[in-house]
Amino acid sequence: MKRFHLPILIVLLSTIGLGVFAYKVSALGMPLQPDATAETWQVEARVRFQATGEATTVQLRIPHRLPNFSILDEGFVSRGYGLNTVLQAEDRLAQWTTRQPRGEQVLYYRATLYRDGDDRSESDYPGPVAVPDWSEPFRSAAEALIDDVRGRSSDIRSFASVLVNDLANAAPASNAAVFIESDDNRARRAETLIELLATARIPARQVTALRLVDGRRDIEPQTWLEVHNTRRWVPIDPESGEIEYPADVVVWSHGDAPLLEISNGENAEVRFAVARGVQDALATIQRFGDTLDSRFLDFSTLNLPLGTQNTYRVLLMVPLGAMIIVFLRNVIGVQTFGTFMPVLIALSFRETQLLAGIILFTLIVSLGLVVRFYLEHLRLLLVPRLAAVVSVVIMLMLGISILSHQLGFERALALSLFPMVILAMTIERMSVVWEEHGPADAITQGIGSLAVAAAAYGLMANRQLEHLLFVFPELLLVLLAVTLLLGRYTGYRLTELFRFGRIQDAMRRTD
Amino acid sequence: MPAWLPRFVRPKLLKEQGIVGMNARNARYIAAWNARRFYPRVDDKLQTKQLALDAGLSVPDLYGVVRTLRQIRDVRKQLRNYEDGFVIKPAHGAAGDGILVIDGWRGDRPRRAGGRAMELSELDDHIANVLSGMYSLGGRPDAAMIEQRVRFSSIFDEVSHQGVPDIRTVVYRGYPVMAMMRLPTQDSDGKANLHQGAVGTGIDLGSGRTIGGVRYNRPCREHPDSEKSIVGLQIPGWDQLMELAAGCFELSELGYLGVDVVIDADRGPLILELNARPGLAIQIANGEGLDHRILAVDAHMVARDIEPAAERARWSAEVFARPEATHPTEPDTETSRAAEPA
Repeated sequence: MKRFHLPILIVLLSTIGLGVFAYKVSALGMPLQPDATAETWQVEARVRFQATGEATTVQLRIPHRLPNFSILDEGFVSRGYGLNTVLQAEDRLAQWTTRQPRGEQVLYYRATLYRDGDDRSESDYPGPVAVPDWSEPFRSAAEALIDDVRGRSSDIRSFASVLVNDLANAAPASNAAVFIESDDNRARRAETLIELLATARIPARQVTALRLVDGRRDIEPQTWLEVHNTRRWVPIDPESGEIEYPADVVVWSHGDAPLLEISNGENAEVRFAVARGVQDALATIQRFGDTLDSRFLDFSTLNLPLGTQNTYRVLLMVPLGAMIIVFLRNVIGVQTFGTFMPVLIALSFRETQLLAGIILFTLIVSLGLVVRFYLEHLRLLLVPRLAAVVSVVIMLMLGISILSHQLGFERALALSLFPMVILAMTIERMSVVWEEHGPADAITQGIGSLAVAAAAYGLMANRQLEHLLFVFPELLLVLLAVTLLLGRYTGYRLTELFRFGRIQDAMRRTD
Repeated sequence: MPAWLPRFVRPKLLKEQGIVGMNARNARYIAAWNARRFYPRVDDKLQTKQLALDAGLSVPDLYGVVRTLRQIRDVRKQLRNYEDGFVIKPAHGAAGDGILVIDGWRGDRPRRAGGRAMELSELDDHIANVLSGMYSLGGRPDAAMIEQRVRFSSIFDEVSHQGVPDIRTVVYRGYPVMAMMRLPTQDSDGKANLHQGAVGTGIDLGSGRTIGGVRYNRPCREHPDSEKSIVGLQIPGWDQLMELAAGCFELSELGYLGVDVVIDADRGPLILELNARPGLAIQIANGEGLDHRILAVDAHMVARDIEPAAERARWSAEVFARPEATHPTEPDTETSRAAEPA
C-alpha cells in the first residue's frame, strides 16, 4: 500500500486538476487564450407608433430564458414612460405606460446575447391535445393525411418532420394540397401544421424567432414550430422540415400572441436590428457566469478585487518557477545559490525586463562582493555582517537608480523592486563559496543561478501561462503532482553524466 | 579528445559501473538510513568525541572545552603545560574553518604551525571569536575545543604539499565500503579538497594500499608536486583504521556515514570527524561505483543480526579487496588477478 501511496496521490491530484480545468473550458467556455474574444450579438427591438394623445400602454414580448443563448445584458430606452416587466408563460412582457404622448413615439429594447451551446433541456409534457373540429372535406383529408404520414414515420419527431415535408412538396390534388392556401406564408403554414398535429393529438406550438445577420436593420421575425415529443420541445422549420435551430437563430417569444400590442396608438410597428459584437472573452464569461445559477464562478479568481487579482497573477506563477527549479536542480543538475533565490530574482526581472535585470543583478552582486570581502577583514559576526551587507546593497541600489535616472536610463529605476535581502544573502553565500571552494565554483554557481532565474523568468513572464494559471488555478494541482513526481526521481542528473563521463578513462574495468 | 571537452556517458553505462548519483544518494542512502535526530552526533564535534571516547575509539585527546568568555583565562594557564602544542577548533565548525594549530612555545608565546609566534591576547581573541559563532554553521554561539595536536606520520610527507592527508572511509550500515586518501597539492593550497586540485587516491580495503587516483577528473599516478608515485603506498595500521571506521556506526547510528581519519605517528589512526552526508567524489578517486558494494552489504545483511565492528571490518576487507593493489607493477590485468591468493 505504501508503495502506491504517492502514485495514487499524483493521479488523484492531476485528475482533479485536469477535470475542473476541462469542465471550465468545455462547459463554461472559459478562454484558453489571454486575448480570446467571444462573439456576442446586440439585438435591438424598435417600437414605433403614432400617439393619439391619450394614455397609452405598449406591450412588447421580450425573451425571458432563451434556448441556446443567454442574455448578458439588456436595457430599455423609453423617455417619459413608466416601465414594468412581467413574466408571462415562458416569456416576459415589457409594459411601457404613459399619460399623454404626442406625435411619433419610439421605444427601444436592447439585449446582448451570447451563444452558450445547444440547449436540450427537458420540459413537462403538456398531455395530448384535443382534436380540432374540422369541417368536411378537411376532416377526411386530414385523417387520410395523418394515416399516411403515420405509416412513414417512427416517432413524434419524424412524424412532424414528414408532415412538414408533405405540405411543402404537396402534389396538386393530393390530401396535403387541401391544406395549402394561395396566400401561404410561414405563420399560416405553422398554424395549419399545429391543427394537423392536433388531429394526431400531438402538442405543438408556434415560436417567434430571429435570424441573426450582422448589420441588418430590419430583421423579419420568423415563425418556427415546436413539437413536444413527450420529453422536450423539438423545434422544426415549418417550411423545410429541418429539425433544431441553426446556430444563428434565436428564439424571441413563444405562442401565437402578437409581439406588440398598443392601446391608443396608430401605425404601430416593431423592427429588429442585429449587430455582431466582439468582447473580451473573460469578461463575457464572467457576465455569463452571473446569468447561470451555478455558484461555480463565484469562487473563481476573477471575482477578487482587482488589486488582489494582480497580486495573485504574480503569486500563482511562483509554483511554476519553483517546479522549474526542482527540474533544473534535480534532473539537470544546475547549481544555484539558495534553493528558491532564482525564483525571486525572476520575479523582479518581470519589472526590469531580462537584459537590464541581468546587468543590474550582476552589477549589484559584484559590487556587493567587493564590499563583503572588505567586511571580511573587519572580522564581524554573522548577523551584523549580513545587516551591513543589506545596508550596502540598498545604498548601491539607490546610487545606481540616481545615476541611471540622470543618464536617462529609466529602466534601471525598477531596480528598487529587487529583493534586497535575497541579494544580500546571495552575496554572503557567494563569498563563502568563494573562500571555501575557490572563485571558479563561486562564479559557476553565480552564473548557474542567473541562468536558472532567466529560465524561470522566461516561463513566468509568459502571458499565456500566466493567463492559464490565473483563470484556471486548479492547474496548480497538476503542477503539484508533477513536483511530487520529480521528488521521487533518483536517476542521474544530466550534469553527472558529464562529470562521470570525464573520468571514464580512470574507471576500473569492471568484471 | 581534449580533456577539457565535456564528455558524455550514457546513463546505462554508469548504471553498470554502479556509479551513484546525487539524487540516488539523497533518497536511497541518506533519507533511508540517516535519521535526522542523530545528526547532532556528527555535527557537534564535542559530542562525537565524547561518544567515541565512551565507545573506546581512538580520537585526538581532548585537553579542555571553553564555553564562556570567563573560562578563557583559566584555560590559558593550563595551556602552557602542553609543550608539544595543541589545536583549538570550533565544535560546530565546517570545512576546517577556525582551526588554530599551535605546535609549541617560544618562551611564553605560543608558536603557530608554520613558525610565527603569536601573543597570548591573540589566542584569547581567537577563542572569543569561536565562542561568538564566527566559524559555526548559521552563526550560532559555539564552544571551543582544545585538543591534542596530531603528529602526522611522516610516510606521506613526500606526497602531500604542506597540509595533512586524511583518509575518508564511507561506512554503510556499519560496513566500510570504500575509502580514499586526499593528498593536498600546491594547487589546492594545502587543502585536502578535490575540487581545488587535491589528489584523491583510492585505497584497497583489503590491504590498505593506495591504488592510484584522480586529479582534476583525470587519472593520476604521481603526486604533481613531488612526482612521487601515489600507487602502492601502504597506510600504517590499516586493520585498526577499518575497525575504527566500522565502529563509528554504533556511536552515530547513521547508516550512511563518512569517517575522516588521520594517522598519528605514535597512536596510529585517529578519528578526526564524522560526516552525515559524504559526497560522491570517492567514486572518482577509486574509479569505481559505490552501488555494487552497497548492494553486497545489503545482501550480506539479509536475515543477519548486526555483527561486531571487528567482524564487519574483516568482512569488508575480504569482500571488497582489490587484488591488483598488491601487484602494483601489473595493474588491472586478468593474470595478476588470477595469481592472487584468496
